[in-house]
Amino acid sequence: MQTLFRFIIGGLVVSLFAAFADALKPKSFAGLFAAAPSVAIGTLGLTILSEGKLFAATEARSMIFGALALFFYSMAAIRLMVRYKLNAAPAAFSAIAVWMICAMGVWYALLR
Amino acid sequence: MRVGFDTSALKDTKWYELAVRFVFGGAITAITGMLASRYGPVFGGLFLAFPALFPASATLLEKHEREKKRKAGISSTTRGREAAALDARGAAIGSIGLVGFALIAWKVLPMSSGAIALFAALVGWTTISVLIWRLRRHRLFLRKGHAGTASHAPVSSKGD
Repeated sequence: MQTLFRFIIGGLVVSLFAAFADALKPKSFAGLFAAAPSVAIGTLGLTILSEGKLFAATEARSMIFGALALFFYSMAAIRLMVRYKLNAAPAAFSAIAVWMICAMGVWYALLR
Repeated sequence: MRVGFDTSALKDTKWYELAVRFVFGGAITAITGMLASRYGPVFGGLFLAFPALFPASATLLEKHEREKKRKAGISSTTRGREAAALDARGAAIGSIGLVGFALIAWKVLPMSSGAIALFAALVGWTTISVLIWRLRRHRLFLRKGHAGTASHAPVSSKGD
């Protein structure tokens, strides 16, 4: 039941941010919202209610490294599209490997 | 170009595009919660910055740009890819703001209410992201034209 609730709240928050980004001009500015804290706000909000603030703060500390991994993910996606001429979908999905390597690498080396 | 709203762009968004974003966002939020419950907040917290929205938004953006070109009688696929690369450049800047969001949430959460901490973190994300975006536009930060700026590129951060 809690998972379904998280799914609905997360979906709504992400959709809201996405709609906001769609209406923004110019496109380079709207692109900022591709890395908006939509999932984080939904998840942290629900975590604060269910597990408490300290649990959520620990999640936020790990998120710092997840966000750094997102930076490398974005740079990889740019490179795949600009240099290797991949279309958006294959570039965006294959670059997830970069995010996983960075995030899991930090977790294994520092956070475990 | 000034930052502003164009609500007519929302009319171009189809119901299934909204559904895709809803499912992506909902799924990653639910999965993050499950990971945190099973493996703890240290591991689950990493997924708060998982690229949940970018694959869907970049794919849809590319499709919209391609459709615009096709309606204009141009079959080139370059424009859509360049628009998506520009979106990725925005995501790179936004991810630096996301580091700020996480730092503020981490430090403020233990000492204030959850709502205040999340609001402060959101203000931090907005401030850092917009500041870097403006600095980059003034050519003070990041190499100009790193993404989507091949010599023939019609999509630029100045002209979009």
